[in-house]
Amino acid sequence: MKEKICSDQLDPNFKYEVMREPGGEKLFHCFSCDTCTLSCPVRACEDEYNPRTIIRLILLGAKKEVLSSPLIWLCAGCFLCLERCPQDVGVTDLMDALKNMASREGYVPKSMKAQIDLLHKHGRLLEIGDFENKKRTKQDLPLITESIEDIQRIIKLTGASDYLPNETE
Amino acid sequence: MKKYAIFLGCTVPVRSTCYEQSFREVVKDFGIELIDIPQFSCCGYPSRSVSRLNAVALSARNLAIAQQNGITDIITLCNACTENMTQANHLFHGESETKNKLNAILADLGYSYDGSIKVRHAVRFMYEDIGLEKIKTRIKNPLTALKIAAYPGCHYTKPSEIYEGFDDPERPHTLNDLVKATGASLAKYETACCGGGTLGAKEDTALKMGLATLKSMKADQADAIVLICPFCDVMFEQNQKKIEKTFGEEFNLPILYYPQLLGLAMGLPHELLGLTINRIKLDSVMEKISKAGKE
Repeated sequence: MKEKICSDQLDPNFKYEVMREPGGEKLFHCFSCDTCTLSCPVRACEDEYNPRTIIRLILLGAKKEVLSSPLIWLCAGCFLCLERCPQDVGVTDLMDALKNMASREGYVPKSMKAQIDLLHKHGRLLEIGDFENKKRTKQDLPLITESIEDIQRIIKLTGASDYLPNETE
Repeated sequence: MKKYAIFLGCTVPVRSTCYEQSFREVVKDFGIELIDIPQFSCCGYPSRSVSRLNAVALSARNLAIAQQNGITDIITLCNACTENMTQANHLFHGESETKNKLNAILADLGYSYDGSIKVRHAVRFMYEDIGLEKIKTRIKNPLTALKIAAYPGCHYTKPSEIYEGFDDPERPHTLNDLVKATGASLAKYETACCGGGTLGAKEDTALKMGLATLKSMKADQADAIVLICPFCDVMFEQNQKKIEKTFGEEFNLPILYYPQLLGLAMGLPHELLGLTINRIKLDSVMEKISKAGKE
Protein backbone atom coordinates (compact mmCIF):
# COMPACT_ATOMS: atom_id res chain seq x y z
CA MET A 1 0.00 0.00 0.00
CA LYS A 2 2.97 2.32 -0.44
CA GLU A 3 1.77 3.88 -3.68
CA LYS A 4 -0.32 7.00 -3.23
CA ILE A 5 -4.07 6.57 -3.35
CA CYS A 6 -5.76 8.73 -6.01
CA SER A 7 -9.30 9.72 -5.15
CA ASP A 8 -10.40 9.62 -8.78
CA GLN A 9 -9.62 5.91 -8.91
CA LEU A 10 -11.64 4.86 -5.89
CA ASP A 11 -14.56 2.46 -6.04
CA PRO A 12 -17.45 3.76 -3.91
CA ASN A 13 -19.16 0.38 -4.11
CA PHE A 14 -16.28 -1.53 -2.56
CA LYS A 15 -17.50 -1.00 1.00
CA TYR A 16 -20.87 -2.52 0.08
CA GLU A 17 -19.16 -5.48 -1.53
CA VAL A 18 -17.23 -6.04 1.68
CA MET A 19 -20.41 -5.82 3.74
CA ARG A 20 -22.09 -8.45 1.57
CA GLU A 21 -19.21 -10.83 2.25
CA PRO A 22 -19.76 -13.08 5.32
CA GLY A 23 -17.59 -11.57 8.06
CA GLY A 24 -17.69 -8.05 6.62
CA GLU A 25 -21.27 -7.19 7.62
CA LYS A 26 -20.44 -4.84 10.48
CA LEU A 27 -17.97 -2.60 8.65
CA PHE A 28 -20.11 0.53 9.14
CA HIS A 29 -19.93 0.14 12.93
CA CYS A 30 -16.30 1.29 12.88
CA PHE A 31 -15.71 4.76 14.33
CA SER A 32 -11.98 4.52 13.87
CA CYS A 33 -10.97 4.43 17.54
CA ASP A 34 -7.78 2.42 16.86
CA THR A 35 -8.43 -0.24 19.52
CA CYS A 36 -7.80 -2.96 16.92
CA THR A 37 -4.43 -1.57 15.89
CA LEU A 38 -3.32 -0.90 19.46
CA SER A 39 -4.26 -4.46 20.47
CA CYS A 40 -2.74 -6.20 17.48
CA PRO A 41 0.24 -8.49 18.20
CA VAL A 42 1.22 -8.45 14.53
CA ARG A 43 1.21 -4.65 14.52
CA ALA A 44 3.50 -4.75 17.58
CA CYS A 45 6.15 -6.47 15.42
CA GLU A 46 5.37 -5.04 11.99
CA ASP A 47 4.87 -1.27 11.56
CA GLU A 48 3.33 -1.59 8.12
CA TYR A 49 0.43 -3.70 9.33
CA ASN A 50 -2.43 -1.56 10.58
CA PRO A 51 -6.00 -2.90 10.74
CA ARG A 52 -7.51 0.56 11.23
CA THR A 53 -5.81 1.81 8.07
CA ILE A 54 -7.16 -1.19 6.19
CA ILE A 55 -10.69 -0.35 7.36
CA ARG A 56 -10.24 3.30 6.34
CA LEU A 57 -9.06 2.20 2.90
CA ILE A 58 -12.14 -0.01 2.46
CA LEU A 59 -14.41 2.89 3.39
CA LEU A 60 -12.56 5.11 0.92
CA GLY A 61 -13.03 2.54 -1.81
CA ALA A 62 -9.39 1.60 -2.40
CA LYS A 63 -10.39 -1.82 -3.68
CA LYS A 64 -7.31 -2.79 -5.61
CA GLU A 65 -4.92 -1.47 -2.97
CA VAL A 66 -6.62 -3.48 -0.25
CA LEU A 67 -7.24 -6.74 -2.09
CA SER A 68 -3.83 -6.91 -3.73
CA SER A 69 -1.96 -6.05 -0.55
CA PRO A 70 0.15 -8.81 0.99
CA LEU A 71 -0.45 -7.10 4.33
CA ILE A 72 -3.99 -8.47 4.72
CA TRP A 73 -2.49 -11.96 4.90
CA LEU A 74 -0.40 -11.07 7.95
CA CYS A 75 -3.38 -11.18 10.35
CA ALA A 76 -2.61 -14.00 12.78
CA GLY A 77 -6.31 -14.56 13.52
CA CYS A 78 -5.80 -14.20 17.28
CA PHE A 79 -9.19 -12.47 17.80
CA LEU A 80 -7.88 -9.89 20.27
CA CYS A 81 -9.17 -7.00 18.12
CA LEU A 82 -12.53 -8.71 17.83
CA GLU A 83 -12.71 -9.14 21.61
CA ARG A 84 -11.82 -5.54 22.34
CA CYS A 85 -13.60 -3.60 19.60
CA PRO A 86 -16.09 -1.30 21.36
CA GLN A 87 -18.27 -1.30 18.25
CA ASP A 88 -18.25 -5.07 17.64
CA VAL A 89 -16.94 -4.65 14.10
CA GLY A 90 -15.56 -8.19 14.19
CA VAL A 91 -12.22 -7.16 12.73
CA THR A 92 -10.78 -10.70 12.65
CA ASP A 93 -13.79 -11.92 10.67
CA LEU A 94 -13.49 -8.85 8.45
CA MET A 95 -9.86 -9.72 7.66
CA ASP A 96 -10.96 -13.24 6.67
CA ALA A 97 -13.69 -11.74 4.48
CA LEU A 98 -11.04 -9.60 2.74
CA LYS A 99 -8.77 -12.59 2.22
CA ASN A 100 -11.68 -14.57 0.74
CA MET A 101 -12.44 -11.67 -1.63
CA ALA A 102 -8.77 -11.26 -2.52
CA SER A 103 -8.62 -14.98 -3.30
CA ARG A 104 -11.51 -14.67 -5.75
CA GLU A 105 -9.69 -11.76 -7.41
CA GLY A 106 -6.70 -14.00 -7.94
CA TYR A 107 -4.44 -12.85 -5.10
CA VAL A 108 -3.91 -16.19 -3.36
CA PRO A 109 -0.50 -16.65 -1.77
CA LYS A 110 1.37 -19.76 -2.85
CA SER A 111 1.49 -21.07 0.71
CA MET A 112 -2.33 -21.05 0.82
CA LYS A 113 -2.60 -22.90 -2.49
CA ALA A 114 -0.21 -25.50 -1.11
CA GLN A 115 -2.46 -26.00 1.90
CA ILE A 116 -5.58 -26.50 -0.20
CA ASP A 117 -3.59 -28.95 -2.30
CA LEU A 118 -2.65 -30.97 0.78
CA LEU A 119 -6.24 -31.02 2.01
CA HIS A 120 -7.34 -32.17 -1.43
CA LYS A 121 -4.73 -34.94 -1.58
CA HIS A 122 -4.87 -36.22 1.99
CA GLY A 123 -7.95 -34.75 3.67
CA ARG A 124 -5.52 -33.28 6.15
CA LEU A 125 -2.63 -30.84 6.24
CA LEU A 126 -0.03 -33.47 7.04
CA GLU A 127 0.09 -36.75 5.19
CA ILE A 128 -0.32 -39.92 7.22
CA GLY A 129 1.23 -42.87 5.46
CA ASP A 130 2.94 -46.07 6.52
CA PHE A 131 5.90 -44.22 8.02
CA GLU A 132 3.75 -42.09 10.31
CA ASN A 133 1.52 -45.00 11.25
CA LYS A 134 4.53 -47.14 12.13
CA LYS A 135 5.70 -44.43 14.49
CA ARG A 136 2.22 -44.21 15.96
CA THR A 137 2.10 -47.96 16.56
CA LYS A 138 5.33 -47.72 18.57
CA GLN A 139 3.54 -45.30 20.90
CA ASP A 140 0.52 -47.59 21.04
CA LEU A 141 -1.61 -45.02 19.16
CA PRO A 142 -4.37 -46.11 16.77
CA LEU A 143 -3.66 -46.22 13.03
CA ILE A 144 -5.04 -43.41 10.90
CA THR A 145 -6.40 -43.84 7.40
CA GLU A 146 -6.98 -40.93 5.06
CA SER A 147 -10.52 -40.53 3.74
CA ILE A 148 -10.44 -38.09 0.87
CA GLU A 149 -13.53 -38.63 -1.29
CA ASP A 150 -15.83 -36.47 0.84
CA ILE A 151 -13.15 -33.83 1.28
CA GLN A 152 -12.54 -33.48 -2.44
CA ARG A 153 -16.28 -33.16 -3.02
CA ILE A 154 -16.57 -30.43 -0.34
CA ILE A 155 -13.62 -28.52 -1.80
CA LYS A 156 -15.37 -28.62 -5.16
CA LEU A 157 -18.78 -27.61 -3.81
CA THR A 158 -17.40 -24.64 -1.85
CA GLY A 159 -15.36 -23.42 -4.80
CA ALA A 160 -12.09 -23.79 -2.87
CA SER A 161 -11.01 -26.02 -5.76
CA ASP A 162 -10.38 -22.79 -7.70
CA TYR A 163 -7.32 -22.30 -5.51
CA LEU A 164 -5.65 -25.62 -6.20
CA PRO A 165 -2.24 -25.01 -7.74
CA ASN A 166 -1.98 -25.17 -11.54
CA GLU A 167 0.07 -27.96 -12.98
CA THR A 168 2.84 -25.45 -13.66
CA GLU A 169 2.96 -24.21 -10.05
CA MET B 1 -24.76 -40.78 29.11
CA LYS B 2 -21.91 -38.90 27.49
CA LYS B 3 -20.05 -40.50 24.64
CA TYR B 4 -16.73 -38.80 23.95
CA ALA B 5 -14.94 -38.80 20.59
CA ILE B 6 -11.34 -37.64 20.41
CA PHE B 7 -10.65 -35.29 17.48
CA LEU B 8 -6.96 -35.26 16.57
CA GLY B 9 -6.84 -32.83 13.66
CA CYS B 10 -3.83 -32.68 11.33
CA THR B 11 -0.83 -31.67 13.41
CA VAL B 12 -1.18 -33.59 16.67
CA PRO B 13 -1.19 -37.16 15.27
CA VAL B 14 1.96 -36.48 13.23
CA ARG B 15 4.01 -33.86 15.03
CA SER B 16 2.78 -33.84 18.61
CA THR B 17 2.15 -37.49 19.40
CA CYS B 18 3.49 -36.88 22.92
CA TYR B 19 0.46 -34.67 23.51
CA GLU B 20 -1.94 -37.26 22.12
CA GLN B 21 -0.39 -40.16 23.99
CA SER B 22 -0.22 -38.40 27.36
CA PHE B 23 -3.78 -37.13 27.03
CA ARG B 24 -5.10 -40.59 26.24
CA GLU B 25 -3.21 -42.10 29.20
CA VAL B 26 -4.29 -39.47 31.70
CA VAL B 27 -7.92 -39.68 30.66
CA LYS B 28 -7.82 -43.49 30.78
CA ASP B 29 -6.51 -43.23 34.31
CA PHE B 30 -9.62 -41.27 35.26
CA GLY B 31 -11.76 -44.04 33.78
CA ILE B 32 -13.07 -42.08 30.81
CA GLU B 33 -13.35 -43.78 27.44
CA LEU B 34 -12.45 -41.88 24.26
CA ILE B 35 -13.80 -43.11 20.94
CA ASP B 36 -11.75 -42.81 17.75
CA ILE B 37 -13.67 -42.08 14.55
CA PRO B 38 -11.52 -43.17 11.59
CA GLN B 39 -13.34 -40.94 9.05
CA PHE B 40 -12.46 -37.69 10.83
CA SER B 41 -10.46 -35.34 8.58
CA CYS B 42 -8.93 -31.90 8.94
CA CYS B 43 -11.25 -29.53 10.83
CA GLY B 44 -11.11 -27.09 7.92
CA TYR B 45 -9.40 -24.17 9.67
CA PRO B 46 -6.40 -24.06 7.29
CA SER B 47 -8.73 -23.17 4.41
CA ARG B 48 -10.48 -20.27 6.18
CA SER B 49 -8.32 -17.56 4.60
CA VAL B 50 -9.36 -18.56 1.10
CA SER B 51 -12.87 -19.83 1.87
CA ARG B 52 -14.71 -19.39 5.14
CA LEU B 53 -17.40 -21.69 3.76
CA ASN B 54 -14.95 -24.49 3.05
CA ALA B 55 -13.54 -24.17 6.57
CA VAL B 56 -16.89 -24.71 8.28
CA ALA B 57 -18.03 -27.28 5.72
CA LEU B 58 -15.18 -29.63 6.64
CA SER B 59 -16.11 -29.21 10.31
CA ALA B 60 -19.78 -29.83 9.54
CA ARG B 61 -18.88 -33.15 7.92
CA ASN B 62 -16.87 -34.20 10.98
CA LEU B 63 -19.75 -33.22 13.25
CA ALA B 64 -22.27 -35.11 11.12
CA ILE B 65 -20.12 -38.25 11.14
CA ALA B 66 -19.74 -38.00 14.91
CA GLN B 67 -23.51 -37.76 15.24
CA GLN B 68 -23.96 -40.82 13.04
CA ASN B 69 -21.79 -42.66 15.56
CA GLY B 70 -23.87 -41.61 18.54
CA ILE B 71 -21.23 -39.20 19.88
CA THR B 72 -22.42 -36.52 22.35
CA ASP B 73 -19.09 -34.76 22.96
CA ILE B 74 -16.11 -34.06 20.72
CA ILE B 75 -12.86 -33.45 22.55
CA THR B 76 -10.27 -31.55 20.52
CA LEU B 77 -6.55 -31.24 21.22
CA CYS B 78 -5.72 -28.31 18.93
CA ASN B 79 -6.92 -24.75 19.60
CA ALA B 80 -7.62 -24.11 15.92
CA CYS B 81 -9.72 -27.29 15.63
CA THR B 82 -11.59 -26.28 18.77
CA GLU B 83 -12.38 -22.84 17.45
CA ASN B 84 -13.26 -23.87 13.91
CA MET B 85 -15.44 -26.83 14.94
CA THR B 86 -17.19 -24.62 17.51
CA GLN B 87 -17.80 -21.93 14.88
CA ALA B 88 -19.38 -24.53 12.59
CA ASN B 89 -21.44 -25.92 15.45
CA HIS B 90 -22.71 -22.42 16.25
CA LEU B 91 -23.94 -21.96 12.71
CA PHE B 92 -26.25 -24.92 13.27
CA HIS B 93 -27.72 -23.24 16.36
CA GLY B 94 -29.05 -20.24 14.41
CA GLU B 95 -30.43 -19.44 10.99
CA SER B 96 -28.23 -18.05 8.22
CA GLU B 97 -27.45 -18.34 4.57
CA THR B 98 -24.23 -20.13 5.50
CA LYS B 99 -26.20 -22.70 7.49
CA ASN B 100 -28.39 -23.39 4.45
CA LYS B 101 -25.29 -23.88 2.34
CA LEU B 102 -23.82 -26.27 4.92
CA ASN B 103 -27.02 -28.30 5.01
CA ALA B 104 -26.98 -28.53 1.21
CA ILE B 105 -23.36 -29.70 1.22
CA LEU B 106 -24.07 -32.31 3.89
CA ALA B 107 -27.13 -33.54 1.97
CA ASP B 108 -25.04 -33.85 -1.18
CA LEU B 109 -22.66 -36.13 0.73
CA GLY B 110 -25.50 -38.08 2.33
CA TYR B 111 -25.11 -36.65 5.85
CA SER B 112 -27.17 -34.48 8.15
CA TYR B 113 -26.43 -32.68 11.42
CA ASP B 114 -28.63 -31.00 14.02
CA GLY B 115 -26.11 -28.99 16.06
CA SER B 116 -26.49 -31.01 19.24
CA ILE B 117 -22.91 -32.18 19.79
CA LYS B 118 -20.79 -30.34 22.34
CA VAL B 119 -17.30 -29.45 21.10
CA ARG B 120 -14.69 -28.67 23.74
CA HIS B 121 -10.94 -28.40 24.03
CA ALA B 122 -9.27 -31.25 25.92
CA VAL B 123 -8.20 -28.90 28.71
CA ARG B 124 -11.65 -27.39 29.10
CA PHE B 125 -13.01 -30.93 29.21
CA MET B 126 -10.54 -31.84 31.96
CA TYR B 127 -11.46 -28.72 33.88
CA GLU B 128 -15.22 -29.23 33.53
CA ASP B 129 -15.80 -32.97 33.37
CA ILE B 130 -12.97 -34.29 35.56
CA GLY B 131 -12.56 -31.20 37.70
CA LEU B 132 -9.82 -29.68 39.86
CA GLU B 133 -10.86 -31.47 43.06
CA LYS B 134 -10.72 -34.92 41.52
CA ILE B 135 -7.43 -34.11 39.81
CA LYS B 136 -5.92 -32.92 43.09
CA THR B 137 -6.76 -36.20 44.83
CA ARG B 138 -4.69 -38.04 42.22
CA ILE B 139 -1.45 -36.07 42.55
CA LYS B 140 1.28 -38.41 43.83
CA ASN B 141 4.36 -36.32 43.06
CA PRO B 142 3.54 -32.63 43.52
CA LEU B 143 5.76 -30.73 41.11
CA THR B 144 6.57 -27.96 43.59
CA ALA B 145 10.09 -27.52 42.20
CA LEU B 146 8.79 -26.30 38.84
CA LYS B 147 7.91 -22.81 37.77
CA ILE B 148 5.69 -23.04 34.70
CA ALA B 149 4.79 -20.51 32.02
CA ALA B 150 1.24 -21.72 31.32
CA TYR B 151 0.32 -20.68 27.79
CA PRO B 152 -3.28 -21.41 26.74
CA GLY B 153 -3.02 -19.78 23.30
CA CYS B 154 -5.56 -17.55 21.59
CA HIS B 155 -8.30 -19.82 20.29
CA TYR B 156 -8.70 -21.66 23.59
CA THR B 157 -10.82 -18.76 24.83
CA LYS B 158 -11.33 -16.52 21.80
CA PRO B 159 -13.65 -15.50 20.24
CA SER B 160 -15.40 -15.63 23.63
CA GLU B 161 -18.85 -15.28 22.03
CA ILE B 162 -18.71 -18.94 20.95
CA TYR B 163 -17.34 -20.35 24.20
CA GLU B 164 -20.19 -19.82 26.66
CA GLY B 165 -18.01 -17.78 29.01
CA PHE B 166 -16.19 -20.84 30.36
CA ASP B 167 -13.05 -18.73 30.85
CA ASP B 168 -11.98 -15.10 30.66
CA PRO B 169 -10.65 -14.24 27.18
CA GLU B 170 -8.29 -11.54 28.48
CA ARG B 171 -7.15 -13.25 31.69
CA PRO B 172 -7.77 -16.97 31.22
CA HIS B 173 -7.43 -18.93 34.47
CA THR B 174 -8.48 -22.52 33.74
CA LEU B 175 -5.07 -23.68 32.53
CA ASN B 176 -3.38 -21.79 35.39
CA ASP B 177 -5.63 -23.59 37.88
CA LEU B 178 -4.89 -26.96 36.31
CA VAL B 179 -1.14 -26.29 36.39
CA LYS B 180 -1.34 -25.22 40.03
CA ALA B 181 -3.21 -28.44 40.80
CA THR B 182 -0.01 -30.35 39.90
CA GLY B 183 1.85 -28.44 42.63
CA ALA B 184 3.86 -26.32 40.17
CA SER B 185 4.02 -22.55 40.55
CA LEU B 186 3.28 -20.09 37.77
CA ALA B 187 5.66 -17.75 35.98
CA LYS B 188 4.27 -14.28 35.39
CA TYR B 189 4.78 -13.06 31.86
CA GLU B 190 3.31 -10.77 29.21
CA THR B 191 1.20 -12.96 26.99
CA ALA B 192 0.61 -12.39 23.27
CA CYS B 193 -0.25 -14.50 20.25
CA CYS B 194 2.53 -17.04 19.54
CA GLY B 195 2.70 -15.89 15.91
CA GLY B 196 1.80 -19.27 14.42
CA GLY B 197 -1.00 -17.78 12.34
CA THR B 198 1.41 -15.43 10.58
CA LEU B 199 4.14 -18.01 9.95
CA GLY B 200 2.88 -18.98 6.50
CA ALA B 201 2.54 -15.35 5.36
CA LYS B 202 5.74 -13.81 6.74
CA GLU B 203 8.17 -15.83 8.76
CA ASP B 204 10.26 -13.04 10.25
CA THR B 205 7.16 -11.29 11.61
CA ALA B 206 5.99 -14.54 13.19
CA LEU B 207 9.40 -15.14 14.74
CA LYS B 208 9.37 -11.63 16.24
CA MET B 209 5.96 -12.37 17.75
CA GLY B 210 7.24 -15.60 19.30
CA LEU B 211 10.34 -13.80 20.57
CA ALA B 212 8.40 -11.27 22.63
CA THR B 213 6.57 -13.94 24.64
CA LEU B 214 9.60 -16.20 25.08
CA LYS B 215 11.61 -13.25 26.43
CA SER B 216 8.94 -12.44 28.95
CA MET B 217 8.66 -16.06 30.11
CA LYS B 218 12.41 -16.31 30.51
CA ALA B 219 12.54 -13.03 32.43
CA ASP B 220 10.48 -14.59 35.21
CA GLN B 221 12.71 -17.68 35.20
CA ALA B 222 10.22 -20.21 33.94
CA ASP B 223 11.56 -23.78 33.95
CA ALA B 224 9.27 -24.83 31.14
CA ILE B 225 6.33 -23.71 29.03
CA VAL B 226 3.11 -25.67 29.29
CA LEU B 227 1.17 -25.73 26.02
CA ILE B 228 -2.19 -27.04 24.90
CA CYS B 229 -2.00 -26.35 21.17
CA PRO B 230 0.26 -27.93 18.54
CA PHE B 231 0.43 -24.63 16.63
CA CYS B 232 1.86 -22.81 19.63
CA ASP B 233 4.31 -25.70 19.73
CA VAL B 234 5.38 -24.96 16.17
CA MET B 235 6.40 -21.49 17.33
CA PHE B 236 7.69 -22.04 20.86
CA GLU B 237 9.33 -25.44 20.48
CA GLN B 238 9.95 -26.18 16.80
CA ASN B 239 11.04 -22.63 16.03
CA GLN B 240 12.71 -21.79 19.33
CA LYS B 241 16.19 -22.49 17.95
CA LYS B 242 15.47 -20.32 14.94
CA ILE B 243 14.21 -17.49 17.13
CA GLU B 244 17.34 -17.77 19.29
CA LYS B 245 19.60 -17.68 16.25
CA THR B 246 17.76 -14.87 14.45
CA PHE B 247 17.71 -12.52 17.42
CA GLY B 248 20.86 -13.63 19.26
CA GLU B 249 18.99 -14.69 22.40
CA GLU B 250 19.20 -17.86 24.42
CA PHE B 251 16.11 -19.38 25.98
CA ASN B 252 16.54 -23.12 26.21
CA LEU B 253 12.98 -23.33 27.48
CA PRO B 254 11.59 -26.86 27.26
CA ILE B 255 7.91 -27.33 26.57
CA LEU B 256 5.50 -29.82 28.04
CA TYR B 257 1.94 -30.38 26.97
CA TYR B 258 -0.41 -30.10 29.93
CA PRO B 259 -1.31 -33.81 30.05
CA GLN B 260 2.41 -34.61 30.23
CA LEU B 261 2.79 -32.32 33.23
CA LEU B 262 -0.27 -33.80 34.90
CA GLY B 263 0.88 -37.34 34.09
CA LEU B 264 4.21 -36.65 35.79
CA ALA B 265 2.44 -35.32 38.86
CA MET B 266 0.12 -38.35 38.89
CA GLY B 267 3.13 -40.65 38.80
CA LEU B 268 2.24 -42.28 35.50
CA PRO B 269 5.11 -44.25 33.91
CA HIS B 270 7.28 -41.88 31.88
CA GLU B 271 7.14 -44.06 28.78
CA LEU B 272 3.37 -43.52 28.60
CA LEU B 273 3.78 -39.74 28.49
CA GLY B 274 5.86 -39.54 25.30
CA LEU B 275 8.57 -37.56 27.10
CA THR B 276 11.25 -38.63 24.64
CA ILE B 277 9.24 -37.17 21.75
CA ASN B 278 9.57 -33.56 22.92
CA ARG B 279 12.07 -31.81 20.70
CA ILE B 280 13.72 -29.68 23.35
CA LYS B 281 15.20 -32.12 25.83
CA LEU B 282 13.50 -32.23 29.19
CA ASP B 283 16.67 -33.04 31.20
CA SER B 284 16.61 -29.82 33.22
CA VAL B 285 12.94 -30.31 34.11
CA MET B 286 13.39 -33.96 35.05
CA GLU B 287 16.44 -33.16 37.18
CA LYS B 288 14.52 -30.54 39.13
CA ILE B 289 11.67 -32.97 39.71
CA SER B 290 13.87 -35.84 40.86
CA LYS B 291 16.02 -33.60 43.07
CA ALA B 292 12.93 -32.28 44.81
CA GLY B 293 11.66 -35.85 45.23
CA LYS B 294 14.80 -36.83 47.15
CA GLU B 295 14.68 -33.88 49.53
